[in-house]
Amino acid sequence: MGDYKTLYLNEKDNVAVALSEIPAKTSVTVRIKDKEIFVQILDTIHFGHKFAVRPIPKNDDIVKYGEVIGAAVKDIEAGAHVHVHNLEGKRGRGDKIVQ
Amino acid sequence: MTRLFNDNMQFYGYRRPDGRVGVRNHVLILPTITCATQTAQRVTELVSGTVTFIHQHGCAQVGDDYDQTFRTYAGMGKNPNVYGVIVLGLGCETHQANSVAADIAMTNKPVEVVSIQENGGTLQTIAEVAKIATKMVQDASMVPKELCDFNELIVGTECGGSDACSGLSANPAVGKTSDLLVEQGGTAILAETTELIGAEHLLAQRAADDKVAKKAYEIIDAMENRSIQMGVDIRTGNPSPGNIEGGLSSLEEKSLGASTKSGTSRLEEIVDYAKIPKKKGLVWMDTPGHDIEQLTGMVAGGAQIVLFTSGRGTPTGSPIAPVIKISTNTPMFERMSENMDLDAGQIVTGEETVDEVGERIIKEIQHVANGKLTKSEILKQHDFGIWRIGPTF
Repeated sequence: MGDYKTLYLNEKDNVAVALSEIPAKTSVTVRIKDKEIFVQILDTIHFGHKFAVRPIPKNDDIVKYGEVIGAAVKDIEAGAHVHVHNLEGKRGRGDKIVQ
Repeated sequence: MTRLFNDNMQFYGYRRPDGRVGVRNHVLILPTITCATQTAQRVTELVSGTVTFIHQHGCAQVGDDYDQTFRTYAGMGKNPNVYGVIVLGLGCETHQANSVAADIAMTNKPVEVVSIQENGGTLQTIAEVAKIATKMVQDASMVPKELCDFNELIVGTECGGSDACSGLSANPAVGKTSDLLVEQGGTAILAETTELIGAEHLLAQRAADDKVAKKAYEIIDAMENRSIQMGVDIRTGNPSPGNIEGGLSSLEEKSLGASTKSGTSRLEEIVDYAKIPKKKGLVWMDTPGHDIEQLTGMVAGGAQIVLFTSGRGTPTGSPIAPVIKISTNTPMFERMSENMDLDAGQIVTGEETVDEVGERIIKEIQHVANGKLTKSEILKQHDFGIWRIGPTF
């Protein structure tokens, strides 16, 4: 188990950021203040990309910087890559307006 | 260069007749119409010390769109980094060279007007403009520099080609720089309204009064409504493919990172695109997220220097204002060192703090204000783009 650098920005967050590439099936520990969360990484997480630090049910808000960055479009497992395939922004969505 | 790094930060600048201070001393050949841009460019090849910009506007424009383009042209001429201006028209365009020149002349700087049609064509016009420019460049070279305080500076801030590090390293560092500049009595411009969608509540909380807070929500609504009226998902244009590859998943995520460029200062004023701020301190200019359009708006609004953070890397520069480009991560800085001026990647690796990099950036502002050339100036990257808000007729 390597010591992969991660960044967990706010205690409200349900995602953390990989600061180096994390291979699938490795385990990492994300830290904030005196809190530690152990996460089993499921997918390869590239530099700068996000992973879930806990399960995020479909339609729940996804939180980074302590603020909402979008919603889960499907159930997301802890350790899964969180990106455009399972996260949708809620703003500027002219495509969601029904005439 | 030995310079002062005491509490009262200063630099050597060019005092203009209207009292404002430039950090560069350009002669601008300003084509008000796309038909005159090639001629203007030929003159800059002949006469050193002159700059110009290429664009496709200046005719068949009406209403607010006409005004915004006019204001942008005039603002480029009024920018204190410009010693004097030769306004070049074709002759028959809607954006008449005479009107733009008259507006710039209110600063009392040297302004001349030349028309291609009146001069009998391209070659005679090149000769005429080059003749005027030769004298203007020599006059400009005799302007002495004087010691000026940082409160004379308007510094634009922007981010482009963002990645997931932008909101963690370079943008918060620029936020620290912005706070330091505001402490010195200077002005920092926050721009790119599109990339503040989702962070407006945090900025409105910092507004100087209710009017500014209300305007923050209004301009965000207006920007968001443009995508809604078009019936499109704003994500098809923003975040861009490069942002997504870099790990940004939504506009809100990008915005929360982008807004950290504003630091923690009070938000004093919100100004329209390409308008000169009336207040000092932190000011928000309503611009789109397009890198070159926001850069142009801030420079036309009087910014003498622009800070530009990038995760993916960019060659961006302005014909008039030095652009200090700051990388969010070290691998990109090393890969694109010919384009990037500073590296904030040490924040990601834990070697430097956000505050330390913020202080490094303000010292670089001082060096650049004193004459240090930025990479985009050396590579003659003269980008210019107007935020058009109406159709061409």
